[in-house]
Amino acid sequence: MIPEIGHFALIIALGVALVQTILPLAGAVRGIPSWMAVARPAARAQFVFLFVAFACLTQAFAANDFSLLYVANNSHSAMPWYYRVTAVWGAHEGSLLLWAFTLSGWMVAVSFFSRNLPQEFVARVLGVMGFVSVGFLLFMLLTSNPFERLLPAAVEGRELNPLLQDFGLIVHPPMLYMGYVGFSVAFSFAIAALLGGKLDAAWARWSRPWTTVAWMFLTIGIALGSWWAYYELGWGGWWFWDPVENASFIPWLMGTALIHSLAVTEKRGGFKSWTVLLAILAFSLSLLGTFLVRSGVLTSVHAFATDPERGLFILLFLGVVVGISLALYAWRAPRVGLGGDFALVSREAMLLGNNVLLAVASASVLLGTLYPLIVDALGLGKISVGPPYFNSIFIPLMTPVIFLMGVGPVARWKQASVPELWTRLRWALMVSVVTALLLPVVMGKWSPLISLGLFMALWIISSSLKNLWDVAGRNGLSGLARGLAAIPRGYYGMLFAHLGVAAFALGVCISGGYSQEKELRMEPGQSVQMAGYNFRFDGVRDVTGPNYQAKEGVVQVSKNGKEIVVMRPQKRVHLVQRDPTTEADIEAGFLRHLYVALGEPVSGEAWSLRLYYKPFVQWIWMGTLLMFFGGLLAATDRRYRLATRRAPDYAAQTALAR
Amino acid sequence: MTPRHRRRLVFVALILLGVGVAAALTLNAFRGNLVFFYGPSQLDAVEKVHERNLRLGGLVEQGSVKREDDGLTVHFRVTDNVKSVPVIYQGLLPDLFREGQGVVAQGRLNQEGVFIADEVLAKHDENYMPPEVAEMLKQTGGNTPQFSGALTQGDFKK
Repeated sequence: MIPEIGHFALIIALGVALVQTILPLAGAVRGIPSWMAVARPAARAQFVFLFVAFACLTQAFAANDFSLLYVANNSHSAMPWYYRVTAVWGAHEGSLLLWAFTLSGWMVAVSFFSRNLPQEFVARVLGVMGFVSVGFLLFMLLTSNPFERLLPAAVEGRELNPLLQDFGLIVHPPMLYMGYVGFSVAFSFAIAALLGGKLDAAWARWSRPWTTVAWMFLTIGIALGSWWAYYELGWGGWWFWDPVENASFIPWLMGTALIHSLAVTEKRGGFKSWTVLLAILAFSLSLLGTFLVRSGVLTSVHAFATDPERGLFILLFLGVVVGISLALYAWRAPRVGLGGDFALVSREAMLLGNNVLLAVASASVLLGTLYPLIVDALGLGKISVGPPYFNSIFIPLMTPVIFLMGVGPVARWKQASVPELWTRLRWALMVSVVTALLLPVVMGKWSPLISLGLFMALWIISSSLKNLWDVAGRNGLSGLARGLAAIPRGYYGMLFAHLGVAAFALGVCISGGYSQEKELRMEPGQSVQMAGYNFRFDGVRDVTGPNYQAKEGVVQVSKNGKEIVVMRPQKRVHLVQRDPTTEADIEAGFLRHLYVALGEPVSGEAWSLRLYYKPFVQWIWMGTLLMFFGGLLAATDRRYRLATRRAPDYAAQTALAR
Repeated sequence: MTPRHRRRLVFVALILLGVGVAAALTLNAFRGNLVFFYGPSQLDAVEKVHERNLRLGGLVEQGSVKREDDGLTVHFRVTDNVKSVPVIYQGLLPDLFREGQGVVAQGRLNQEGVFIADEVLAKHDENYMPPEVAEMLKQTGGNTPQFSGALTQGDFKK
């Protein structure tokens, strides 16, 4: 009975979404306030119905209702309750429901935090979001209904893919979807502006916090996915340039370009049509990511659907959304205007450089991801594009981006002067160049790439600090505290996000350059030295988990005769899905990770093992946390709160601020 | 031409230059880093087969997996049920590597016709075979193996 309620709620949600699309959009065209007023209650109603649907599916998982096909395929009564509940989004149908539910969450948020936006504008934004929702709800109901019954009911479920029974899976998809779907707000704002033909600094000011929040979630979602791959796949790598990872990274790059271009639109009224285009692209690429991951054209743990009908539907929907919005853009963008003029050396020009580079990077990752599919579709053979391609493109493209990251915030708007920039940044530049050249020598291994990576990280840090000092330290050390307190939160947001990039670059560079690894066969009692650590293998014992049997290796790690930790990597065989999975054990420290994965039994008591010493690898994820935190600061800047309260006075405020 | 126009022109030129450099980088990276996929029967037809990195896909031949005493070097044969190629790999095999199951190895073919793999990928779960392998087997007329899973998606759907 409960699943039928869920199914019914989905159908009603679709009806509400249709109303939410048609009435407000038509009302905005024809100027009928009562039609436009439908938008907010409809968005909230949709949220309620999708919540009911989501709750019903969760209940089915919690109660082991194997008369539902989806539950029977992805759960098992022996799974711990938290994995049963989170298995709701462990496969195709449920993750779509999560997508739609997240979208309705964003719509509700818009409906509440838009009290001071013009009614027409809200009607258009929610109408466009309603349209996206219609697409996904139709898709779910027509091709991927999570509430489909299984007759006769199964006695027991098939269990969730063991790789996905993990904390990473609990949090990674919801965060990622918050990001993906969050770009729909920026997208809808852009479309609404195109429809209304009015795009000004106030528009950018409304749009900015929403975009930043979506970007934050996408950042953390990607980072969690990478963290999951790092400890769950047992290979010690944190990024594989796997098409599925790329599918989330492509919109991230575009979204990063978007938040920077929005800054110009808000502060200087420039880049208007470019910003709108980026907003459209960021969301379209999110949709494309969903298509790539969900349609089964890519094979991986994520590709649940192998039904061509599903792929076709998403592709059609993608075509409709992208087609309509780009056509609208071509038609209306000239009216939006280009914005103010600026010199070749100015903050605008540098942000433009950042935008072009990020967009090109996004496009080349897209190309590398789609190329094998295209070649295959044309029947030209099977190829794969591996990490070397992406690395050889990415490093040259990101180097100037990071260089600009240091110069841009220091440069003046409209017109900056090179001598002034040089005076302000020369020490930062010299310190980072010298350190980047010398530090690797001290650490005992030098290569051009390590120095380049170190330089980029140090350059961001030193130029950011210099900039901070220039802004806050005008009155010397005594006035520093006051100076720091006077800086708006948005500035700190930028600072932290940029420092996050620096921490990330340090992590990538040092863990890439100085990691050590050993793959070897070990007898019980045997020891091996690596990076000053002594690893002693104490054999393997049997362990029983709630829904798996495991072989657990015991590895004692010591340094200079002092015991540090006992590591217990496992090889698990799950009850139903018999495939073995590797559970690496990681001793995570601030400055280094020790990583042990169990291989296979070789002969007698001996096993093959994989040992890693990874310095600074943690900084990769700490960097993304800093970026997240920076986004949080930027999105909660006081002026957005002011702006929502006093939007009509906006023009007056800016006039005063200048 | 006003200064404003000249500045615009410089911008456009710079952007074109940037995109051009990126395109050159991309093409160059593509040329060096594309990896083609072949089955054992298709290898003979490949030009300069010894000079390039490639992916070899097929089934791990039954009874062919042998481990050297160091416990890490593994010898096995990849077959499409028509022809088979010997493979040497040093390192830990993926969890799902098994005789009779689909596998993709990346590496080079040496002059003796032995494939030196530096990466071995196995299928993700019971019902899944790398699609390249499945299709290649279909083309070469080899039989796809029977899956041993207790319950498959098909069982549930009927």
